[in-house]
Amino acid sequence: MTLISVDRVSFGYTAERRILDDVSFAMESGDTVGLVGESGSGKTTLLRLLLGLARPDSGTITFDGASLDPRNAAFMRQFRRQAQIVFQDPYSSLDPRQKISSIIAEPLRSLRIPGDHRQMVADALSSVGLDADAAGRYPHQFSGGQRQRIAIARAIVAGPRLLLADEAVSALDLTTKIRIVELLASLGTRMSLLFVSHDIGVVAALCRRIVILERSRIVESGDTAEVLARPQHPYTQRLLASVPRLSLKDTRS
Amino acid sequence: MALPFKPRYCCDTPRARTSAILAYTLRRTLILIVSLFVAAVVLFVLLRLLPGDPANALLGVGATPQQIEAARAQVGSDQPLHVQFGTFIGNLARLDLGTSFVSRASVLEEIGNRMSVTLPLTALGFLIAITLAVPLGMLSAIRADRWYGAAISVISQLGIAIPVFWVGILLVTLFAINLRWLPSGGFPLRGWSNFGEAAIGMVLPALTIGLVMGASLLRYVRAATLDVLGSDYLRTARALGAGFTEALVRHGLRNGAVPVISILGIELATTFLGAVVIERVFSLPGLGSMLLLAIQQRDYPNVQGVLFVSTLLVLIIGFAADLAQRLIDPRLRGRTRVEA
Repeated sequence: MTLISVDRVSFGYTAERRILDDVSFAMESGDTVGLVGESGSGKTTLLRLLLGLARPDSGTITFDGASLDPRNAAFMRQFRRQAQIVFQDPYSSLDPRQKISSIIAEPLRSLRIPGDHRQMVADALSSVGLDADAAGRYPHQFSGGQRQRIAIARAIVAGPRLLLADEAVSALDLTTKIRIVELLASLGTRMSLLFVSHDIGVVAALCRRIVILERSRIVESGDTAEVLARPQHPYTQRLLASVPRLSLKDTRS
Repeated sequence: MALPFKPRYCCDTPRARTSAILAYTLRRTLILIVSLFVAAVVLFVLLRLLPGDPANALLGVGATPQQIEAARAQVGSDQPLHVQFGTFIGNLARLDLGTSFVSRASVLEEIGNRMSVTLPLTALGFLIAITLAVPLGMLSAIRADRWYGAAISVISQLGIAIPVFWVGILLVTLFAINLRWLPSGGFPLRGWSNFGEAAIGMVLPALTIGLVMGASLLRYVRAATLDVLGSDYLRTARALGAGFTEALVRHGLRNGAVPVISILGIELATTFLGAVVIERVFSLPGLGSMLLLAIQQRDYPNVQGVLFVSTLLVLIIGFAADLAQRLIDPRLRGRTRVEA
């Protein structure tokens, strides 16, 4: 079943410059999709449109068959309950003056979800591998990786069907990055995951399907293993060639 | 998936937090006392640097050497400097500010009387400033792209540029001379026992202070709000489902308050000191006019007393602002160190 369908979407912050140009792709329910492209290719803008934070200039976006309309408050509340996001910077996306319990419970309060919020927060914390007593602390008392876990806990606390991640591991060091990718992969079995990244290696490890964006357009998409094994578009080929590899040269001589 | 280690922090429990705040308060109090001592030293040195002897203030032009000697003995200026300093500090520690050369009245009592004008004036002005600055500053940030957002911003800029005495004169011209709604100045002789007249006398001066101080405060509120509006946590809150107002109230107020509070402390201190000018414009018998009169009459004990009490108040305001900031900001709360 198609969860998200983006059909011929164009968007620009100003009339002169298009950030997205005639972009189309679809995502099945339960799928993990990686949206890859370099800085300025339009990834984050596409995510903003998918979240309903901006409206496309032309084209349509549908979620579960219904058109995504930011002006329809009732629909948006339903939508937000089903689609939640993790942003890139784990330092700035958490309010420094709120306790972790309050930060994680935010979607529950905003979306007026009934139930025992304290228990739901504890469950979300345990799903991301944090102790329950983290709830009583403040963001500055955690490391970058732990903060990103908190951001993920906040995104999954309302039980969404779709998790969007905007460069969610880019700000982390390598070992922390691997742990967070593992965490996202385990969550990917429970919900659909749309992972936006410039890091093709992370996408290869995490996503079944890949969509490659270059300068406002989608240049290639398909099964991740296939695309990476036989890249058709020159940009994809360049992208693959530019992945840094660890080469251990003998420098002793 | 458990973490390999379990971090512990100094402020995990409410009890540890309370003791951290207490430790901070204690350190800060010590610093307050040291600052006050330094201020007293500076005050002592500055007054001794002035040309002439305090005793001259007591005497006429044609005083005989014997009379001068007697007067010097009376005010203590015949003693060596270190003895004078010891007496000065000892008296301050007992809150004995001496007696006026001119009126022979206790300086502390006189300051108390004058405070009954200056304190309500500052407080009222401050209240007006906050009432204007907080909502208008937030509005001008939220609606920075509308004409009224820009207008508020421009007007506040003007308010900063205009000197406080000129705003006072402008208000007097409008409300006292043209409209005849309010008195142009003065304060009832019986003070606050004549409440109605005293309160009416406070309106224009407090409004002057409130407008001028509100203008600069508004800039800070606006900047703090713009910061919050551009913050990632606000965007995240919106993306996760909070409405704009909801997100702003939940995240904006507290985060915006921290920088504004530190400014509030400085502004309050400035207003208190600026009351000298305002009291002059509106002929109010406050601390400012007491200081001016004392300087004109070379009434050393009065000058010394007013300056010392003003310093004390400014230091206490700074202390309160620092403490309020700690209470609001959890990141500062755990720290017991006092930053310069």
